[in-house]
This record gives sequence, structure tokens and C-alpha cells, in this order.
Amino acid sequence: MSIRGTAAIVGAAQVDTFRTEGRSPVGLMAVSVTRALADAGLTLADVDGVFTSSSYYAFPSLTLSEYLGIHPRFVDTTAIGGASFVAHLGHAAAAIQAGLCEVAVVAYGSTQRSDAGKLVSMAESSPYEAPYGLIHPIGAFGMVANRHMAQYGTTSEQLAELAVAARAWSLLTDDAPYPAPLTIDEVVSSPVIASPLHKLDCCLVTDGGGAVVLVSAERARDLRSDPVYLLGTGEAQNHRNFSQMPDLTSTEASRSSARALEMAGVTLGEIDTVHVYDAFTISLLVLLEDLGFCAKGEGGAFVEGGRVAPGGELALNTNGAGLSHVHPGMLGMFLIIEAVQQLRGAAGRRQVPDARLSLVHGMGLTLAAHATAVLSNQPPA
Amino acid sequence: MTGTAVPPITPRGEEARYYERLRAHEVTYQGCADCDSVIFPLRTVCPGCGSESLEDRVSSGRGSIHSFTTQHRAGHPLLADRVPYTLVLVDLDEGFRVMADLPGVDPESVAVGQSVEAWFDDIDERLTVLRFRRAGEDS
Repeated sequence: MSIRGTAAIVGAAQVDTFRTEGRSPVGLMAVSVTRALADAGLTLADVDGVFTSSSYYAFPSLTLSEYLGIHPRFVDTTAIGGASFVAHLGHAAAAIQAGLCEVAVVAYGSTQRSDAGKLVSMAESSPYEAPYGLIHPIGAFGMVANRHMAQYGTTSEQLAELAVAARAWSLLTDDAPYPAPLTIDEVVSSPVIASPLHKLDCCLVTDGGGAVVLVSAERARDLRSDPVYLLGTGEAQNHRNFSQMPDLTSTEASRSSARALEMAGVTLGEIDTVHVYDAFTISLLVLLEDLGFCAKGEGGAFVEGGRVAPGGELALNTNGAGLSHVHPGMLGMFLIIEAVQQLRGAAGRRQVPDARLSLVHGMGLTLAAHATAVLSNQPPA
Repeated sequence: MTGTAVPPITPRGEEARYYERLRAHEVTYQGCADCDSVIFPLRTVCPGCGSESLEDRVSSGRGSIHSFTTQHRAGHPLLADRVPYTLVLVDLDEGFRVMADLPGVDPESVAVGQSVEAWFDDIDERLTVLRFRRAGEDS
């Protein structure tokens, strides 16, 4: 038994993805849910499954359901950081297949930017790590970058290529928050925050809400939107405390993506658009290696020369993603929504022609948790 | 006692035992009596085999820098006057890894692989924090 192709995304919406005007985190979630339902031709009365995670609310399914006035019969608040929402896709498909719910909403909302850029987190501090004042997460990613550089000779200029490419993609959206191109020089001459990472190696800090609606593939065919089928999902994880990450330069992304691709029955080479969590340039580089786009240690050379910029070989993070478009604390939801846009042919100037297959990879905490999804606008064969 | 302020922690159970041993200027890790796993942070069961037969061991405090970063922003308001400061992941010779810091170093001189040794910073009457210095250097 597999969930391959059994569920589809039939509605998607995002709101206030840079700065909100007067909406709370749950307010952002709620309006994203109702707009995603409208996109699907459904209403709140149809929703019986709620999937969410939050840095603000300890019991986010209760918070969101009360706010919306709904009474779901199935909820899942799996919390693995920014990867949560990609994991929720698979959990929702399984719940739908098992008959535990019929209309599932996956939702997220954050006012990270309005909160004056301070990372909001309910996370406990580790007694083994807290005394030293590591800034989560950039301090950890500085250590990942220094290790990658020492092991493989990766340079700051190579990392900067990813920030430059992300900016170029974001300029193809209609709501680019920083509407000017970026150069490698500008990235490496921006202030160092946690060596060797510069300010412009970091994702944006934005507000934002997002939601997607899933139903069974059968029901999807009767709804107004073109279904985006969930062909495969995979998860993997290996630490909580950064100091206990087994290998700073390789992650469980290789396992989660292999699981997702195997379930989907497709190979990496068949994927048309790729959406990979980019909290920092270095985290994206490590994930590109682990996902198999290049060999371990060769990420620096791989991203040189605009290979992942518009017009390059790999359509990666086609709206600029976290580095240049939206990153409200957790990004996973917005990677899914961009993939849906591409697969619906609704991505405007950044549309990848004839995109049929997308890979979404969510990462949580310090490369600790991973969830991969393979999506398609074609029903499974 | 240095009187250096550090962000507050709430160690419990085996975490509290680790800090009690730091108070005696010992870095504690564990060995599993059943499968020989080296265990850190301290646990109640072995992640290698599930055994509860774990014994505390004392580390030499010697190791090498696995990686590092120099932060130009403080991770806690209490550390605001210390920036820039350098944090390290240290691979101890006994085969486990800790996070700590390398106070007072020139950030440009720090590199992966350098040999380091532990020292113990008695913050106040109750708390001692593990720190490192490069082998042969004064802290």
C-alpha cells in the first residue's frame, strides 16, 4: 500500500509575504486557509483535517481551528521546523487514504518581520549549548560553512552565486521585495554576521501566511482547479542539538529525497522545477549536493556561472525563495506553493515551460530534519 | 571566579550531573558497559544498544577544532560586550563532540583541525562553564 498519487493539492494561497498590515500569525494562517479553499471551490464547512506547525502557538491546531470556527476530526501538528509543512503533505495524504479526513488544510502564518526581525521561537534551549551564545541558526550555519570550506575548498564567492541567482529569480515575480539585481561582490562585501557568512548569505526575514488544500485524487477531478498530485514523499532526520549533528557537511536529505523519488517512480533527471529550502547560501549548497545534483563537495563549482540562475541548467527556487522573496521563520509552505504555481502554469514571467514534475525539499532546524515531496500536474501512470 | 555572565540554563537529571562534574573541573562523558559506545551528551539509555548500564568517564579535555564561527552579533543580551566572539565544535580525543567557545583569540588565527584543551570557568558559586584554549596557549 502506498500513498503514491492518492491525494492532490487543489487549492493554494499566500498572503502578506513581506510585511503584513495588521494581521496576527493566526490571522495570516486563517486568511490563507479561506483563500486556498476558495481557490479549490470549497468552504470552511468542508474542512475536516487540519495540519499546522508554529513558532508562536504551542497548540496551533487548536488555535487555528478556534479562530476559523471549525471542528476538524483529524489534526497533525508535527513540528520539525521549516520542513514541517512538506511532511504534512504526506501525513495528510495518508489520513485521507485511511478515511480519517476528506478535506485537509495545511497552514502556516508568521509575523517575523513585524516582530522587528527577532526570530520568534518557543524552542527550549540546550543546557549543553546555551551558555555560549550561539545565534540560532546563523552561528551553526557559519560552522557548517567553515567546515565545508576546510574540507572541500568551497569559497565565499561560490556561496554568493546562490544569493545572486535567487535575486535574479525574484526579479521575475511581481512582488519582489528587493527589486534590484545583486552581484557577488555585494554579497561578499556585506557585513560578516557569523564567519564566514555575510548578511547577504542569509534568508530574508519576512511576514507571511500560506495554506494548501488536499483531497483525494478522485475528488480532485471534480473540483475547479487543475489538481497537483502528490506522487511521493519522504522524511528523514538525525539530530536536535547542533553539536550532535553527525557530519556537518552531509545530511539526511539524501535519504528523504530517495524515499520520495522512489515512491513517485521518477528520477532526479526528470524533475522540471526544484524548490529547496534556502535559509542560507551554505545550507542550500549542502542540500543540492545531498539531493544528488552534484557530488559531495562539488557544490561550489556546481553553482558557479549562473547554473541555478534564470536561464541556467537547473530551475531552482523560481521565485527567489528564502534568500530573496519570502522567509517568515519557516519556509516550507512557500516552497510548496511556488511548485503549485509552476505546475499550474501560473508562474508568469518565471514560468518554466511545460513544467510537469516538481521536487520540493524542506529542511528543519540546523539541517536536522528533512521532508521531500514530488508533485506533478499529471495523474500517476 | 571570573564573574562573567552567561545565558541562564536549567539542567535537570543527568544534565545536572554533567554540570556538577564541571564544578569539579571534569568533563564527563559515558561509556556503555554492554556495547562499548562512547556517549555524549549524558543519557539514561545507550543510543547504540538500549542498555541502561552506562558508566561515567572523565575526558582528558584534549581535542581538535571540528569547526568554528566568529559571531559579530551576540546570541544573548548578556554577551553583548563580548562580540566578536568565537564558538567552536571540539572533537575530544575520546571520540565525542562538544560545543564551547575559544575566548580571547584572534578570529583570523582560528582554523579547523587546531589542537585545543579544556579549561573551566567558575562563573559563580554554583556554575562552572567548559571553555577551550589552543594547546600551549594561555587562556
